[in-house]
Amino acid sequence: MTTQALPATAASAQETEHHYHYKSHRWQTFRSYLGLALIVIWGLAPFYWMVVTAFRDVAYTFDTTPWPTHVTMENFQAAFSTSTGNHFGQALVNSVIIGVVTTAIAMLVGVFAAYALARLDFPGKFLILGVILGASMFPGVALVSPLFQLFSNIGWLNGANYQALIIPDISFALPLTVYTLTAFFSEMPWELEESARMDGCTQGQAFRKIMLPLAAPGLFTTAILCFISAWNEYLLAQQFSTAVTQPVTVAIAQFTGALPRQEPYTTVMAAGTIVTVPLIIMVLVFQRAIVSGLTAGGVKG
Amino acid sequence: MSTDAQTAPPQQRQKRSPKSLNAGQGRRGILLVSPTLALLAVVILYPLVKAVLMSFQKDSGLDKATGMFVEGGFAGLQNYRHWLLQECQTPTGTTSCPPGSLGSQFYDALFVTLFFTVVSVAIEIGLGLWFAMIMNRTFRGRGLVRAAILVPWAIPTAVTAKLWFFIFAYAGIANQMLSWVGIKPVLWTGDTWPARFAVIFADVWKTTPFMALLILAGLQLISADVYEAAQIDGASKWQTFSRITLPLIKVPLMVAVLFRTLDVLRIYDLPAILTGGGGGSGHATTSLSILVINQIRAGFNSASALSTIVFLLIAFVAFIFVKFLGADVVQRPPGKGKAKRRLLRRSPAPAEQEPIPASLEGSSR
Repeated sequence: MTTQALPATAASAQETEHHYHYKSHRWQTFRSYLGLALIVIWGLAPFYWMVVTAFRDVAYTFDTTPWPTHVTMENFQAAFSTSTGNHFGQALVNSVIIGVVTTAIAMLVGVFAAYALARLDFPGKFLILGVILGASMFPGVALVSPLFQLFSNIGWLNGANYQALIIPDISFALPLTVYTLTAFFSEMPWELEESARMDGCTQGQAFRKIMLPLAAPGLFTTAILCFISAWNEYLLAQQFSTAVTQPVTVAIAQFTGALPRQEPYTTVMAAGTIVTVPLIIMVLVFQRAIVSGLTAGGVKG
Repeated sequence: MSTDAQTAPPQQRQKRSPKSLNAGQGRRGILLVSPTLALLAVVILYPLVKAVLMSFQKDSGLDKATGMFVEGGFAGLQNYRHWLLQECQTPTGTTSCPPGSLGSQFYDALFVTLFFTVVSVAIEIGLGLWFAMIMNRTFRGRGLVRAAILVPWAIPTAVTAKLWFFIFAYAGIANQMLSWVGIKPVLWTGDTWPARFAVIFADVWKTTPFMALLILAGLQLISADVYEAAQIDGASKWQTFSRITLPLIKVPLMVAVLFRTLDVLRIYDLPAILTGGGGGSGHATTSLSILVINQIRAGFNSASALSTIVFLLIAFVAFIFVKFLGADVVQRPPGKGKAKRRLLRRSPAPAEQEPIPASLEGSSR
């Protein structure tokens, strides 16, 4: 072989190159893990600070010890206390009501549209997809003045009128649902549906009996994304909610302390922790599904 | 046979033509989509049309010129002239809006909104690319990182704003950390530029994860072969990044940038809660959306004109992105120019798929 005839210098050059590769590989691995650590700190440090402060005695609000000190549960009690005009417990219930109803409506209506968009061929399909995408980019603030006038005329801006919060929320929840579901449905093994139909199912039966169970994870993920977006909504809720229907985002933004003009930081951090922890648990449990829901379709060429 | 009432028709249809399995798709498709379209017409189209109609009406109230109550009536372009040309109605007629009035804040709000958009999105592209490339390179600990990166995304914006309000408090941790390196405390929510950067900082913290995840999904579609080929050809790191990685993730990157850009253009929650729209002159962080909300108390119709302007601005930016910058959000059936991207997938390309739209989550309202 010709390689045997190579001069020794080539061999040693190869060796140093190999050595160099090894070193650079190790250096790269180290840098990667350093980067990973930075990302984890980026994501968790501010959240960690909120939780630590939530458990800290109000007298030590600005303590900078990086671990929990002067631990107390008082802030959580204060968050639920109604003596300073806050209705945090009620707001939590409201957020659940608004989130669940909005998600249910968006899913019930959106699932049919997503099925049609992913599965059927019909004229105007891409126009409709475009319209739904455009709808999701619609600025919420453009809804406020016409709806504010309408709702105040029909008396929805006082009392327990949850529909005044749920109906505007549909404007972003429904496009989100249709889009995410369409992406999920497009990736499902629809050959199974064809087989079912060959075996005599109608298209409706094939969908209910074969495809719906297969679609369950996608449906579930979409429902979570939809619920989170409704739970996190602030602008529309701030405009259309009353003292009775106020959701948590509005309640937290308006939190008042025992003393006027003094921000009750620790209580707000406790309230923020209560609002966030269920979401964090959902994210931890369903992270894989959520990431696939977030990115579904966004990268398909 | 008597029991075959249900199964017989499909069989018959099948005999007639091989395509008959898809017969009637048109009508069924429209039928299935119509509830969604009807609902969207109620919650989006109706308010939009109503806002446009309202924007051509005068606000009812006491007329400053005559001191009489006016019932409203047709205003022509007066509301738009109010915002765009800064014309205010005063007892002496039409003059330029006095400083401090909501009308005079329009161009400041426009500037602040565009400033937030450009700076936030630019930082997010850089950080998002970096995060995504780190996550793409490593396999161990990926679950932990993915969970950590989803935390800022999952926290409600209202809570994010309160959290950063605490971090940026005068005695807060941000100023204390600055004092460790000898920098004097900053009035983060009080001074013009610190307030603006406080908003940008909180926004970048919250939304970079979304950007990174979308970019990561794009990176994962690039075949390792491409990089190997580049390495064999002696491409430098920068060449590999700029000539291979960037062009191959252009579509997901542009889609992510489009979503984020439209999101920041309608920013409300963060500046409204973190700085109250204030800082410095009193409205240093008043975005267009905040200005609309402030205006609603003063008059629905002029607020409608402003919200219509915001809507048109966002529609215009979306149009530019889709038309000229290649943010291919509604992906049409594979055809021209799509074949080559398909080849670069790591796994064998699946059978021809229906066009898949981009998911829209991440809206951080």
